[in-house]
Amino acid sequence: MSAGPYVDVDEQSGTGRASLATRPSLSYHRGAWPAPWGEAGRPGNGEKTVAIEVRGLSKKYGSFQAVDDVSFSVQSGQLVALLGPSGSGKSTILRTIAGLETADSGSVMLTGEDATDLPVQRRGVGFVFQHYALFRHMTVRENIGFGLKIRGVPRAEVRRRADELLDLIQLGGYANRYPSQLSGGQRQRIALARALAPRPKVLLLDEPFGALDAKVRDELRTWLRRLHDEVHVTSLFVTHDQREAFEVSDQIVVLADGKVQQIGPPQTLYEQPANPFVAGFLGAINVLPLGSLKAGSVGGGPSDWLDRPPAEHAEAYVRPHDLDVHATRDGKPYWPAIVERITPLGGVVRLDLRIAPDRPLHIEAPRNRALRLGFEVGDEVYVTPRHLNVYDRVRGSFDPVDVHRAIGLTLENGAGI
Amino acid sequence: MLPESAPAAPPEKMEIVPLSRAGELPAKGRETASTWGRRLLIAAVLVWFAALILVPGAALVRQAFANGWEPLAAALAEPEVKRAFVMSVGLALIATVVNTVFGIVMALVLVRQRFFGRTLIDGIVDLPFAVSPIVAGLMLIVLYGPESPIGGWLEARGFQVIYALPGMVLATMFVTVPFVVRELSPILRELGEEYEQAAYTLGAGRWRTFRSVTLPSIRWGVAYGVTLTVARCLGEFGAVLVVSGNVVGRTQTATLYIADGIDSFHPEGAYAASLVLAAASFLLLVGMDLLRHRLEGAREVEP
Repeated sequence: MSAGPYVDVDEQSGTGRASLATRPSLSYHRGAWPAPWGEAGRPGNGEKTVAIEVRGLSKKYGSFQAVDDVSFSVQSGQLVALLGPSGSGKSTILRTIAGLETADSGSVMLTGEDATDLPVQRRGVGFVFQHYALFRHMTVRENIGFGLKIRGVPRAEVRRRADELLDLIQLGGYANRYPSQLSGGQRQRIALARALAPRPKVLLLDEPFGALDAKVRDELRTWLRRLHDEVHVTSLFVTHDQREAFEVSDQIVVLADGKVQQIGPPQTLYEQPANPFVAGFLGAINVLPLGSLKAGSVGGGPSDWLDRPPAEHAEAYVRPHDLDVHATRDGKPYWPAIVERITPLGGVVRLDLRIAPDRPLHIEAPRNRALRLGFEVGDEVYVTPRHLNVYDRVRGSFDPVDVHRAIGLTLENGAGI
Repeated sequence: MLPESAPAAPPEKMEIVPLSRAGELPAKGRETASTWGRRLLIAAVLVWFAALILVPGAALVRQAFANGWEPLAAALAEPEVKRAFVMSVGLALIATVVNTVFGIVMALVLVRQRFFGRTLIDGIVDLPFAVSPIVAGLMLIVLYGPESPIGGWLEARGFQVIYALPGMVLATMFVTVPFVVRELSPILRELGEEYEQAAYTLGAGRWRTFRSVTLPSIRWGVAYGVTLTVARCLGEFGAVLVVSGNVVGRTQTATLYIADGIDSFHPEGAYAASLVLAAASFLLLVGMDLLRHRLEGAREVEP
């Protein structure tokens, strides 16, 4: 179902989509009172439109280039992550979209309107801060109703909408509490409800789970994803946690040094990273000299199955779970290695190997398979890649290779791990 | 070789004392000395406190009531005493209102804005604390006195600053400028701008945000600053003395009246007025303490 962002949740209730909770009709964009931002940019049903478009955004703090010519767009109704390490400019970009900061150059379009010069109050964005920023002298209901109250929405209507949102975030009984009486996770849910109350065009979340402890963070992630599936407001959130970005988002914009590194769905970025940074940032990866990969009896070595012969300095980027370990050679290309350390990690076992004095290698194997193989420290083993990325530093090319297909195996033959 | 029986003697039976009773543990050996040291320290502090504050305070009360209620009431009923108090309260009121508004704005600007000279101004705000009030009064006389260009110009147009109410207001304001600013600066810094930014994203304008978000967040700080300002205004003497001319019934404040009373061998009124001022200070102090608790309580919660 490719519903646009402005589809009423009521209309979806019959589609079998998982509901957050049984509750009376929740209308997101259809209210008794006019939408505060007007009807501009409201797309037709099912039509894919761009809700956020950032073009050529640049920002300098002194001599530090925080954001460097960043352009990307977010489709209506999507949940997109801005992922990057600290200092990559992701928060600055988010705050610029909100109007809390001004860029040196570039433009921001919100639902088709140029918002570059609009003050923050008139951009129609909902913003969720890492540290909640709930007004501590107001009750939960007053917090949620704040955005409506200042627009002169009648008191009864404000109250009704606040209570409706409280039900949505499953904190129905907390209307008269003060923020200080709530846990971090509850506060962040209320901050989200407060941001949603005035029916924003887009929702912006700045490290929304960053201040929470791990367990609550996990719960809230899942919860946010489900909430988004219900409410369908275009959302852009900032995170430095690749797992969070994977779990929650439809699309990820990877940033580093103020520049966009790659944009795409999580799995695509993971499998086909555009460059070594993306490859390394989206999860553990081994970097090995491609030249040291020994040719097997089946299909030969890299020079046989690559379109052009690999450069001497070409490197193979391999995920720990894309590597098989065998006690004997089985005909596939391999790296000979020595087992240095075996660390059980619950469901998987981590093997620290070494193929050369300065070349460590990490593998994760499912626990039962690792047990069956029964390796011990000091064993000599053969490591074969199933999937790798060939990186040529000189050309700057980064090419994914499905090794099994390359050497003519259609299915994993099950040998080894 | 490791000795087989490492713990030679059986360990002494440990007594488990609840935390609340930890202070009542039986004192032994060295502890006795430290306990005595502690008691001595407490006693010294109490004696010092009594000698400096309690005894003089009691002496004032005793002196004021030396001949019972009637002379006290009579002294306070004198019209010049009344006028002096009205003057003091009026000055305090004007100076406090102006300094509160100005102090809030100034604190916001100093904490939130970045401009050339900010650090300098931030340092100079404390000047009225450092400068003797008499010197402050003198500054005003030099600037607005009848012999000065500005003062002469104003006087020619029938507006008297020095030896009149405007000068006294200026002097009182000068010495109390830092209270609200100094109280609010750290609170605003700690508060950060996120609450206000949250209000902006929700559609609130600057003024609305100030009223609905900023001011409620700093209200206890404001209240504390106001209390300090009022206390200082009521007690101000030096600066006002210099600029007021101390005209009985016209520019005489309560503190000036007291000083006059002592000088003119008419001490009954001075005692009575002093007692009232001291009582007012005491009440303000209690109020301040309550506020302080609210303030610290409010700072602990940080949603």
